[in-house]
Amino acid sequence: MSQLLLDVNELTMRFGGLLAVNSVNLSVKHRQIVSIIGPNGAGKTTVFNCLSGFYIPTDGSVMFNGQQLAGLKDFQISRKGLVRTFQHVRLFSKMTVIENMLVAQHRHLNTNLFAGMFKTPAYRRLEKEAMDRAVYWLEEVNLLQHANRAAGNLAYGQQRKLEIARCMSTQPQLLLLDEPAAGLNPNETKELDQLIVRLRDEHEISILLIEHDMGLVMGISDHIYVIAQGTPLAEGSPDEVKQNPDVIKAYLGES
Amino acid sequence: MRGSLYNAVFAAGITLVLACLMLGVRLGAEGTTLTVYGAGADRWEWILAGVGLVFLSQLFSTQLGRLSSRIPRPDLGTLKPQEATWKAIKPWLLAALVVGLLVWPFMVSRGAVDLATLTLIYIMLGLGLNIVVGLAGLLDLGYVAFYAVGAYTYALLSEYFGFSFWACLPIAALLAAAFGFILGFPVLRLRGDYLAIVTLGFGEMIRILLNNWTSITGGPNGISGIEKPTLFGLEFSRRASEGTQTFHEFFGIEYSSGQKVIFLYLIAVLLVIVVIYLINRLMRMPIGRAWEALREDEIACRSLGLNRTVIKLSAFTLGASTAGFAGCFFAARQGFISPESFIFIESAIILAIVVLGGMGSQIGVILAAIVMTVLPELAREFSDYRMLMFGLLMVVMMRWRPEGLVPMKRPHLELK
Repeated sequence: MSQLLLDVNELTMRFGGLLAVNSVNLSVKHRQIVSIIGPNGAGKTTVFNCLSGFYIPTDGSVMFNGQQLAGLKDFQISRKGLVRTFQHVRLFSKMTVIENMLVAQHRHLNTNLFAGMFKTPAYRRLEKEAMDRAVYWLEEVNLLQHANRAAGNLAYGQQRKLEIARCMSTQPQLLLLDEPAAGLNPNETKELDQLIVRLRDEHEISILLIEHDMGLVMGISDHIYVIAQGTPLAEGSPDEVKQNPDVIKAYLGES
Repeated sequence: MRGSLYNAVFAAGITLVLACLMLGVRLGAEGTTLTVYGAGADRWEWILAGVGLVFLSQLFSTQLGRLSSRIPRPDLGTLKPQEATWKAIKPWLLAALVVGLLVWPFMVSRGAVDLATLTLIYIMLGLGLNIVVGLAGLLDLGYVAFYAVGAYTYALLSEYFGFSFWACLPIAALLAAAFGFILGFPVLRLRGDYLAIVTLGFGEMIRILLNNWTSITGGPNGISGIEKPTLFGLEFSRRASEGTQTFHEFFGIEYSSGQKVIFLYLIAVLLVIVVIYLINRLMRMPIGRAWEALREDEIACRSLGLNRTVIKLSAFTLGASTAGFAGCFFAARQGFISPESFIFIESAIILAIVVLGGMGSQIGVILAAIVMTVLPELAREFSDYRMLMFGLLMVVMMRWRPEGLVPMKRPHLELK
């Protein structure tokens, strides 16, 4: 067993002639916040799609807890404890907040039709556990008072938080956040900042983050990878990355 | 004012064109040729009066709107009892409703009971399709195929192997479910319009198969003389067939043909109650929530570890099995089935029931099924215009209540 929670080697994704991701290496240790940054169109979200199984990578390996993930289906990967959010909020908007939380825990519930029809004790116990977990996470993100409202009626910032809470209720080990601060105001960004740190410190999960808000990224990351045009450009601690001349060139252009 | 004048002229023009086409001319046979007749003068007067009415109402629509807003409206919200009292009286209301349903047929005419039985069949079908369309959001235009599978299962098993109705009921449901499963596979990746086309094709395939497989299904002649259900072996006929006893002999009462009708009605009530209970449970179970989640956002479902294959197939399978149930009962009630009973318009009517009732809402679907079957009977004199009224109802509903008669209410979950 390696120390690494996630170990990505030579990940490559090709769409026909287009090389979207070119030999990217990544690793995430337990209880670490790792960020991927890069200009728009650099292939960050494609990396996420490869990791979470929405795309089957053309080449390379994705080891998660010592298991190969590349080639597994999306739902199988998330069942292994690697769950993602999306750049655009994807909630079940007509369903209530609490139902959103319960759907996420589908695989932890008793889905046997007969158990559900007759409400067997085992079925009830699992339903109750799921409900408790949902309530716990709604409390964590301060949404409990909205539990029975339709998710689509929440304010945008609340929808973002609900998406994270929904992922957390699946009990993941690694959370992939795709631009969680997009569209948030400075206050909400600060709350998000604190939430992410709390997830790492109190709930002991690792986080892989894509984000454009440099204040957020530099403040909380333990390690940063920079990607430009699908190719790894630099990596290191926030300070190292900030001073890397290649990174400055990629973001600001050559002088 | 100019805007409303334009609107008024436009609306009146459309009314005139439509009325001319649908009411103003008539086809008639003259010997072997068809001739177009114009309508009589009195009808034209009615048409012109209608056009004038549309013109005036559009012209003064703002004034009319202001007038109608002055009419006081009853606040329906206050009529509904408090949450706590509602909870207390709900079981009693339900019990009273069930008792009422069971007692009612003994007090009304045979025709009314027969119509109620038909309504109950449509309620079953609506509830089944509600799983597929209302909850899982998969537009199925060939739902009648599963209904046909259920009906033919009973008809064929009873004709060739002498199976009884009660034995065939679960078999029909299972077989229809199997067909739902088979249809589910090719359409797993399809959504919306594409899915609608494939299911439409599937529905036609089944009908055409039944129509042409003459050696087994009897083709367009259908199957007749299907056995009626029995009550623990007691038949509902005037004379018992060999080795059996009839209901009226056993209980020593006078024979009446109404007994059979009422018996069929009671079976239908029983089946509908079972179906309502099962689907109600399903909606509150993880699988029910997963169906709705899949309708809302498939990608989010996948990212949360939900297996979309299983969820979609289960929706198709369970929806189809309900239709199989209804089909089996339909064959038993009718005593005669042919592919004619399973044409596309049936699918359309069932879909209309679901949409009019309110997608996902059980009460809505039940109400809509009643409206769709009882209204045409009440308006017998207007049977020529049935499809016209049907279309009008659709337009009016979609314009003013696009969510359906009784929109689905989200369950309020207790948190602790």
